[in-house]
Amino acid sequence: MRFLLFVLKRLGRLLLTVLLISTIVFFVIRVIPGDPALVIAGVDASKEDLAAIRAKLGTDRPIGAQYLSWLTAVARFDFGKSLSTGQPVTRMIFERFPLTLTLALLGLAISIVLAIPLGILSAVRRWSVWDYLGMVFSQVGMAVPSFWLGILLLLLFAVKIRLFPLFGSGSIRHLVLPAVSLGFARAAVLLRLTRASMVEELSREYIVTARAKGLTERMVKYRHALKNAMLPLVTMAGIQLGYMLGGAVIIEQVFSLPGLGRLFLTGVYQRDFSLIQGGIVFIALVFSLINFAVDILYSALNPKIRMG
Amino acid sequence: MAETTNGALLDVRDLAVEFDSRGGAPARALRGIDLSIARGEIRGLVGESGSGKTVTSTCVMGLLPTPPARITAGEVLFKGRNLLALSAEERRRVRGREIAMVFQEPSRYLNPAFRIGTQITEMLELHLGMRKAEAFTRATELARLVGLGGERKVLASYPHELSGGMKQRAMIAMAICCNPSLLIADEPTTALDVTLQLQILRLILRLRESFGMGILFISHDLRLVRIVADSVSVIYAGKIIESAPREELFRSPLHPYTRLLLLSIPAARNRGARLRVIPGRVPDAQAVPAGCAFHPRCPLAEELCARVMPESREHGLGHAAGGHAIACHFVEKKWPD
Repeated sequence: MRFLLFVLKRLGRLLLTVLLISTIVFFVIRVIPGDPALVIAGVDASKEDLAAIRAKLGTDRPIGAQYLSWLTAVARFDFGKSLSTGQPVTRMIFERFPLTLTLALLGLAISIVLAIPLGILSAVRRWSVWDYLGMVFSQVGMAVPSFWLGILLLLLFAVKIRLFPLFGSGSIRHLVLPAVSLGFARAAVLLRLTRASMVEELSREYIVTARAKGLTERMVKYRHALKNAMLPLVTMAGIQLGYMLGGAVIIEQVFSLPGLGRLFLTGVYQRDFSLIQGGIVFIALVFSLINFAVDILYSALNPKIRMG
Repeated sequence: MAETTNGALLDVRDLAVEFDSRGGAPARALRGIDLSIARGEIRGLVGESGSGKTVTSTCVMGLLPTPPARITAGEVLFKGRNLLALSAEERRRVRGREIAMVFQEPSRYLNPAFRIGTQITEMLELHLGMRKAEAFTRATELARLVGLGGERKVLASYPHELSGGMKQRAMIAMAICCNPSLLIADEPTTALDVTLQLQILRLILRLRESFGMGILFISHDLRLVRIVADSVSVIYAGKIIESAPREELFRSPLHPYTRLLLLSIPAARNRGARLRVIPGRVPDAQAVPAGCAFHPRCPLAEELCARVMPESREHGLGHAAGGHAIACHFVEKKWPD
């Protein structure tokens, strides 16, 4: 019962976030100079043509009415038609989204696989070789921009050693290098967090109890401390996934992958207002959904915060 | 009995522990502790904070972090075996199985991420090789025994779902689950309110009756010790300064420190009277005064006390039980007003 209430609360927060973002997007777009009608018809269009286009787009109506119809459109998940291609924006997004999502998830998986074991080892054997290795790794990882790493990886593993394809998409092999360059930097962050979380839990009083109970060091560390240390990391991994989706925009450029990032970037270049609007709201929605899922997962793992 | 030391369960002899501190003199946390507990005996260990109570119990448990701690002398004989000579793995097998411990603040010393039941059964599985179902049945019995009720619900709950008193009962259930012969209770009731304190003390007494385990009851509160302990040792600046059977100690305390401690207990019949406090404070372990460590605060101190450390001596008044030992040069001296 309490849990259900908690879920409903979080759901309410999610909807509020999306409403807020939609509102901001709507007004920001209208403040930015540039008339979409002018973009469509060109600067040399006649007044009549412009008026006709405006009527068709609905931009001639009062701002309040426009806002209302925008909100109902968002609620129906209908962002209108792209100004450049004429296709429904929602369909365009869903065509591209799977690739970006796969890339982000793969990046997340890589960063988890790299970061968590090394982070735990760094914490358990503090000031050991592993710890220094972890430190070097995370320093480098945080300092290296992911697009630069991407180019480097391409040069090494696609040009010099032809292990992976240089460009294109369609198979998992095309996604390996982009996912690595995406996951590397996030792994650095996750590693620091894992180590910090584990170090903190290892200094807690219940660890003394676990030792006083005569448990083996393995049980003390990898059972008693680890379970507690992993809790905050669930949240962090979720936030990381959000970052990955954002980071994918740049990485897709480097690897010429036809994902969401490319789509939105093209939208910006072409002043495709409905595509930009839809894109931002969509990203915000995905972000909120991830956070929502993480909250639920976290509270399922840690019954202590279900009260929240 | 093949065991040495007249069958004492625990016999700590001349135990000295130092902590290395960066740049400074080492902190002399224990300066030669003698402490013994017979089977089934409850030994109270009393002292102010910083006097070495917790270092003593941590050392007996084998949980002293070395470094920074260093055991410089002495032995810890448990059933005749010197625990300090055992390997880490051998000591681990003793912990929880033969010597168990209850801590001060159950809410911090219980693992928040595991159910109470699991925290008990994992010990049974590890130490006694029980199967899950068997361990669970035993855990249910234990829960009933410590007054948690025998419902599944309690074992299935997480620590934060229980009240402070229940948490401490759970902690005790954990500690006694392998039927240890020595239980160390380090300020087990300090985090609880007064009515709960009494309940927990009664529980400890009852468990001693039914299991016959020896108990080291550590407290700064003489009133609690008076309720549970059979014998009492008073620790000051890392040294036991007086040790006696409970009745004896409370009837005729001999060491000036013990006497002052007893005088500083607020009593209901002295309501309104000014509370006596001992002037000064426990010395820093890095700068323990020469001679008797208590001399700067002692009303009886003479020049000798600042020079020579008094040895612990039996105070022979012909008690059959004996065992009233005091480390003071001027036991017979008249108390100034």
